[in-house]
Formats: sequence, structure tokens, C-alpha cells
Amino acid sequence: MTPITPVHYIVLSAALFTIGVIGVLVRRNVIVILMSIELILNAVNINLIAFSRQLGDPVGQVFAIFIICVAAAEAAVGLGIILAFYRNKETVNIDEMSLMRW
Amino acid sequence: MISASDFAPIIPVLCVVAAGIACMLAEALRQPGEQMPIGGLAVIGLAGAGITAALLWGRTVIGFGVVTADNFALFVVLVLVVIGLLTVLFSPALVARDGLPAGEYYALVLFGLAGMMLMAMATDLLVIFLALEVLSLAVYVLTAIRRHTIGGVEAGFKYFLLGAFSSAFFLYGIAFAFGVAGSTRLERLGSVLAAEAMNQSPLALVAVGLLLVGFAFKVSAVPFHMWTPDAYEGAPTLVAGFMSTAVKAAAFASFTRVFLSALEPLRPSWAPALWAIAAATMILGTVVGVAQTNLKRMLAYSSIAHAGYLLVALVAANDVGKSAVLFYLLVYAIGNLGAFATIALLGTRDRANDDLDSYAGLSTRHPAIAAAMAVFLLSLGGLPPTAGFVGKWYVFSAAVQSGYYGLAVIGVLTSVVSIFFYLRVIVMMYMAPPAEVPSPAAPSRVAVWALAVSVLITFYLGVLPGRIVELASRSVATIF
Repeated sequence: MTPITPVHYIVLSAALFTIGVIGVLVRRNVIVILMSIELILNAVNINLIAFSRQLGDPVGQVFAIFIICVAAAEAAVGLGIILAFYRNKETVNIDEMSLMRW
Repeated sequence: MISASDFAPIIPVLCVVAAGIACMLAEALRQPGEQMPIGGLAVIGLAGAGITAALLWGRTVIGFGVVTADNFALFVVLVLVVIGLLTVLFSPALVARDGLPAGEYYALVLFGLAGMMLMAMATDLLVIFLALEVLSLAVYVLTAIRRHTIGGVEAGFKYFLLGAFSSAFFLYGIAFAFGVAGSTRLERLGSVLAAEAMNQSPLALVAVGLLLVGFAFKVSAVPFHMWTPDAYEGAPTLVAGFMSTAVKAAAFASFTRVFLSALEPLRPSWAPALWAIAAATMILGTVVGVAQTNLKRMLAYSSIAHAGYLLVALVAANDVGKSAVLFYLLVYAIGNLGAFATIALLGTRDRANDDLDSYAGLSTRHPAIAAAMAVFLLSLGGLPPTAGFVGKWYVFSAAVQSGYYGLAVIGVLTSVVSIFFYLRVIVMMYMAPPAEVPSPAAPSRVAVWALAVSVLITFYLGVLPGRIVELASRSVATIF
């Protein structure tokens, strides 16, 4: 059995990151877009913890915990704004956000 | 070990946070219908931050190894204090007129400023990220604070979505930087990169690219500028002024620190990319700005172009360039905040009155406001004897000194084109017959004073820039 090296983690996190980015760009439901952003943040967490383990430095793990906290705060603000948007317009489809166009 | 002196550099931040908490408590304890001068608390906190920042000047104290109150950071903190004070002085009448929740409004402005000050001082990627999030979350909510209007919420959501997306890129870059350097400290990152200058790992380049994307989003540089016009148009006008100046000041402070100290060894790889971004930002901001008929959108594109000028100074990366970033941030902040505040004062609750046509003949209806607006626009356009001229001259001379003639030429040409759309407003105000628009309420006395002070500073920096320029150049000499 091949041992799992940091490279495996980096590849996994790159895959998650890519899925997240594609999700943000392609999906039209704002809740799903928010979930895609969370995916990217979790890709970062995997990276940080893999590096932290490889380097023997706990800073990476501390960083990951901070990211989880910040992601929670961000989700709270984001969902609040989505709720306000829904109350005004009865939809969560991003194509409906077309009041302003450059 | 934590000692008392570790807290010294963050005292200005703590002053602002304390004032923010006081604002929230005041709002919570307020009886319904009771009038309370909540803005006064914000002024006290900002004054405290300004005084403590001035006292820390020249000492370069380091807190917890992750925040450094060097003169560079303190200069930006003082710029932020000025922006904050002007914003708060303009606010009371506008908050009352638009029916915004006063306590939340001031608290969010102050929390945002606290994050910005921390960002200017942070010398650790973890702290930079946290400060970035603190300021971003506050500003997202401020953008969407008129939550019963569809435009406000839509602007807030667009800003939030792209901001969160860019923060995620930024974080991904930090993760790689951590993997390369084995530490999140900028100092350590710089020394590791310098030691491996000959064979850079690809991870380091990925990290640089992602960090660049993250910063470019925050300063609204092309091609990451899409959110800017929408966010500024939908946000309350004064908040747009606050966002466009304060967020930019903090982001540029951190941008300069990260790229010109820690990532300096990789300069050959990022300088061409930044060159292209700066050129594209100046050109697009100006060209699209010409086509705008809404003043807020026009100023949004003008703020994109100004981000381009600041990037020119950053690309030049010499001592003149670094101090030009600081000086230009101050000049731009006064001019832009003043212009947005003027637009805000002219609006009414139901109508923003922000299209070009409603400025026709403003000089006969409100001569003083029209004159102030003209001064701010001339300063943004970079005409002497206003501050904008000195700022631009300073930026372009930095570019020429480093041999970036192309950028300097693009900068001068775009400035000339941009004068067109600034002058168009002035011509409209002074030469067109008065338009029939609902008359706004007379501006409060405090707002008039703030406007007068902004005009005075604009002229002062334009005629006698020596002292501030010297202050700016001495504040970069100490660190980089």
C-alpha cells in the first residue's frame, strides 16, 4: 500500500477548490453558490492541516480553526443578506439580480 | 510571553472597537423615540485612535510578533482616522433622512475601521486575513443597510459574494505560502523566498498569484472590478464614499507591505503581471467612466482608475513609489469622500438625485455645495493647485525613476481623458440652466464644516504638500 504523502492532500484540496470555483461560476442558486464558497474554504483547511502535519508546526491547525470561525460569521452575514433579498423579491436566483448593469 | 507592551500597537484599534461597542450599547439602551448623539461616541473613539497613533509615531513597537506599529502603518491609521471622522461628521443628517438604524450604522463603521487599522499594521498572514474579514463583514452589512430597498440588498449581495469568493482565493494563497515558508510571518516568508531565489518552488508562484488576485479584488483592480460600480450605486451614497476610500487605504497598505517586503524576492515574476493590471485598470476605469451618466457610477469607475494610479506607484517600488502610495491614499481619500458626501447631501429620501442631469445649474441653487464639488472633482482629475495634482505628479515621477516610462505615459494620458468626465459635471453645474429637482434639506452645520475642512485640506495638500510628503517619505524609510 502506498503511504499517503502531502502531495495527495494537495491534489485533494486542489480538486475541492476547483469544484468550488466551478460551483460559484456555474450555479444560479445563491444558496448553492454560498455552499461552493464553503467548499473552497474547506480546501484551504485541508491544505493548511496537511502542511502543518508535514512541517510539524501547529500554526496551520490553529489557522484552520480560525477559518472555520470566520466561515461561520461569513455565512451568517451572507444568509442575512440573502434573506433580505428574498423578502424583497421572492427569489434566490442570481439571474434576478439585474437591477444594475454596467 | 505576553507583556503589557504587546498591547501598545493595538491601542488605536482598541479605542475604535470600544467606541463601536459603546455605540451598540447606546442603541440598545435607547428608549424608542429618544434622540441620542451616537455619532459623538464615534468621534470620541476616533479621536482617541488618532491621538494614540500620533503618540506611537516613530517608536516601531511590535505586538505579539504579529502586529507592527511602524510609521508606515501609523500613517495609514491616521488616514483612516481622517476618513472615519469625516464620514461620521457627514453622517447624522443622512442617517436621520434615510431612516438608517443609527447605532448599527456607527458601530459597523467603527468595526470596519478597526479591521482596516489592524490590516495596515499586520505582519502575519493569519492576522492580515482576520483583519480583512473583520473589515469586509462590516462593509458588506453597511452596503446592504437599506434592507428594505431592492437596490441596496442587491448591491450588498453582489459585494458579499465576490468579496467572499476573493477572500477564499486569498486564503488559498496563504495556505501555499505557509507550505513554502513553514510560517505565516511575513518576515520569515521573505527570508525563505530570498534564500531560494535561484530555484523557486512552483508553490511559491501559485501563492503569489492567488494573493495577487485577493488583493486586486479588494482594491477593485481590473479584471476583478466588476462588483465596484454596482456596490457603489446600490449602497447609501456616504457608505460608498467610505468604502471606496477606507477599504482601499487598508488594502493598499497591506498590499504594499506583503508584496514589497515579503514577496520582494519574487519581484521578477509578479512585476509584469502587476504592470499589466495597473495599465488595464487605468484604461478601463477611465474609458468606461466617460460613458457614465450616473454620478455614483462615474465616481465608481473613477475610483477604479485611481486604484490603477496607486498600482503604478506600487509597481515602481522605489522609495518615491512607496511614499507616493501613502500620499496618494490621503489625497484620494479626501477628494473622493468629499465628492460622495456632496452627492449624498444633495439627495432626498426617495430620490438619490445622482444622475448628471440633476446637477444642471447647481451653482445657482446651492453655490457653496457646487463650489466644494468642483474642488473635489478637480482634485480627483489632478489639476493644480489641488492635492490631486501633487499626488499624480508624485506617482508618475516614481514610475519614471524606476524606468516604467510606458506606465507613466498611460497614466498621464488616462488622467487627461478623465478630466473630461470630471469637467463635464462642473460645466453642468455652472453653465447649464437649473434643473427641476426636489430640493434637498439644508445640510447640517457639522456637515458644512466637514465639507469646508475637506476643501481646505485639498488646497493645503495642493499648495504646500512639503510637510506631508516628507512625513510620508520618512514613514517608508523606516521599514522596507
